[in-house]
Amino acid sequence: MKHLKRFGAALALCTAMSPAMAEQFTAVSFGGAYGAAQQKHMLDPFMEKTGHKILFENYSGGIAELKAQVESGNILWDVVDVEVIDLERACSEGLLEVFPQDTLPPGDDGVAAKDDFIPQALANECGVGNIIWTILYAYNQDTIKGGNPNSIDDFFNTSKFPGKRALRKRPQVNLEWALIADGVPKDEVYDLLSTDEGQARAFAKLDTIKNDLVWFDSWSQVPQLLNDGGAIMAQSANGRIFDAIQKDNKPFEMVWDAHIYDLDVWAIVRGSKKKEVAEEFIRFATGSKPESGMQDVAYGPTRKSAYAYMDDAILPKLPSAHLDEGLKASGEFWADYGESLGEKFNEWLLN
Amino acid sequence: MSQAELTAAHTAASFNEDSGAHSGLTPEEKRQSKRNLRRRKLIATAFVIPLIVFVLIAFIAPIGTMLYRSVYHPTVAQLIPETLQALQSWDESGDSIPDTATLNVFAKELHYLAQERRSGKLAEEINRGLPGSSSTIKSSARKLKKLDEATLISEGGEHLLAAKKQWQDVRIWRTMKSSGEVFTDSFYLTATDLTRNEQGEIVARDTNIYIKLFAKSLKIALLITFLTAAIGFPLAYYLATAPAKVANTLMVFVLLPFWTSLLVRTTAWIAILQTNGVINDFLITLHIISEPIEMLYTQFSTVIAMTHILLPFMILPLYSVMKGIDPSYFRAALSLGAKPLSAFCRIYFPMTLPGLSAGALLVFIISIGYYITPALVGGTDGQMISNIIAFHMQSSNNWELAAALGSILLILITLLYWIYDRLVGVSNIKLG
Repeated sequence: MKHLKRFGAALALCTAMSPAMAEQFTAVSFGGAYGAAQQKHMLDPFMEKTGHKILFENYSGGIAELKAQVESGNILWDVVDVEVIDLERACSEGLLEVFPQDTLPPGDDGVAAKDDFIPQALANECGVGNIIWTILYAYNQDTIKGGNPNSIDDFFNTSKFPGKRALRKRPQVNLEWALIADGVPKDEVYDLLSTDEGQARAFAKLDTIKNDLVWFDSWSQVPQLLNDGGAIMAQSANGRIFDAIQKDNKPFEMVWDAHIYDLDVWAIVRGSKKKEVAEEFIRFATGSKPESGMQDVAYGPTRKSAYAYMDDAILPKLPSAHLDEGLKASGEFWADYGESLGEKFNEWLLN
Repeated sequence: MSQAELTAAHTAASFNEDSGAHSGLTPEEKRQSKRNLRRRKLIATAFVIPLIVFVLIAFIAPIGTMLYRSVYHPTVAQLIPETLQALQSWDESGDSIPDTATLNVFAKELHYLAQERRSGKLAEEINRGLPGSSSTIKSSARKLKKLDEATLISEGGEHLLAAKKQWQDVRIWRTMKSSGEVFTDSFYLTATDLTRNEQGEIVARDTNIYIKLFAKSLKIALLITFLTAAIGFPLAYYLATAPAKVANTLMVFVLLPFWTSLLVRTTAWIAILQTNGVINDFLITLHIISEPIEMLYTQFSTVIAMTHILLPFMILPLYSVMKGIDPSYFRAALSLGAKPLSAFCRIYFPMTLPGLSAGALLVFIISIGYYITPALVGGTDGQMISNIIAFHMQSSNNWELAAALGSILLILITLLYWIYDRLVGVSNIKLG
């Protein structure tokens, strides 16, 4: 019903405002609470302001669909929310348009865009940073036994915390965690993982909890796994857990130790016919006010001027408040070793 | 001309042709009949044209493309044609990297690739053969992008070597040369856990995954076929012999799940099998177990859910065949002194074989390529080869390897079908 109303409102706006100007394009993101926050703070205000219409779709990340669309020349998406871990590859393979970063508007406090954005947000020519988010693990206070886990070592400690652990079924993050839990300093993790010994060491560490692992494919499975006792601890994007605690009063607790943080960017699919509006949308969506709206799901804004609009109570819950405990995900490392480690990971799963 | 006359004329005409001696028809009549025959053939062909077109578009073309894609791999050859040309004269078995002229050519091509933003494609391809080279190529491309053409032609090689120390490594050049081949068997080698070493000999790969997966998929498919037969046979027998009213009601129970969405049925299994699901709750309430049993996300759940989903494919052909078996044969055997078991084994069972083999073939072929259910309930040890094919399509973007794996699966199924045909005979299959 809400959607219907929204649709109706957008339609009415479209017809009321000069219809010749109104355009329709497709934006794609990850859905869930994050998608809802984007809809509320980025898409809806943009549609209201300009009269353009955005079709909002979900995907589960990766660049396969982008590749399929660009290579077949059948471009269905215009704007897409890309994880930085995939961005480097998508951009250098020519799947995304170059975004003119000098057209980004200054922050609401008047600071020029290049000083207002954190540097990582503008590090790639193909996109503009949208959020800082992180992967951490959370536990359910009702089902955990043996006290409250507070480090990545606890995640691997099955004698102190008996029960199932849920991880996303891919090598990313899991191998980093395994090495950190095995005593490797965070800044040496990626160097070590690029060697055969380091990879063997990471898999050996994962072996120690292999029988206690539950695997999932999509972040949306995590709150359910924690809730129905499928797992006592689960890897998750921080926003999903935050949303479950905030909106559904779930007894979940987040553990920030060794969280692996990254950015998401808005980018434009190469060959999009709506390139101009898409750029207009990205300029709008990465503005100070829409950026601040990502606090709904505890994702950090990528421009400093957004903090002025944010609730002080939320700041300690953002990944940006915990950067010291975390590790930045390396897009370059995963572009190099994602495929070979993906294969080794699958082999390890089979044995 | 009526149908009968036409047939008569046709027979006469063909008789005429065959014998060539005697003719009861005038030449005019012969021509007439031949014309008619041609017209009928044309009409018949016209009727099947849509089918042929459909089969071409929906089956032959995609399968052909897949087979072609698994061996035809022109990407690298298109990206760096001049470098590959220059590499022809380089001796790859030695320890030295290509000469400066070759390096210059490559630096120039990499510069253009970077400008057109296609260096990532090259990086991806080379990285597949030599993990870790992706960042070497991309970062070098970024550095070379800024140089002008004159510099590149004269001293591009120096800049390349200065950009990354990995260019001093012979392996990256070997990989580049070997991945430049337009037609390649490397994806088939990978798909069978093999690879080529530096001397070009075929050796086993470090990671041993695909053969195991094929074997496991076969095993699961056979197990499911066996289970559906074991469950479906008595049920179909009961359906075929029960009074019409009971049989019809029961038939609805067989068909209702069949008409329900596959996803709904799979999700229902998730609800039933999960840790705090129906079965575990029930067993805990009855104090049969104290800790929940782990059933979901295992091979067990894949087998259970797929058996349930594929059961109608076994029951329906069995039922229709059993329905056609005259019960008096069985009674006759009994009245002639056969024990019920031997009457069943020697009289009834052989007559159900066409239905059983049809059902088994259907279930087996569907289950070996099954994808959605293992992906949802299979966890790690319940995955099948189709899930890895999907992984290479969706996540790793290695479409050529996915095509090679798919082709092997196709060949495997065709082979099994052929063996089956030799042993049982396809003409023995009866679907209803």
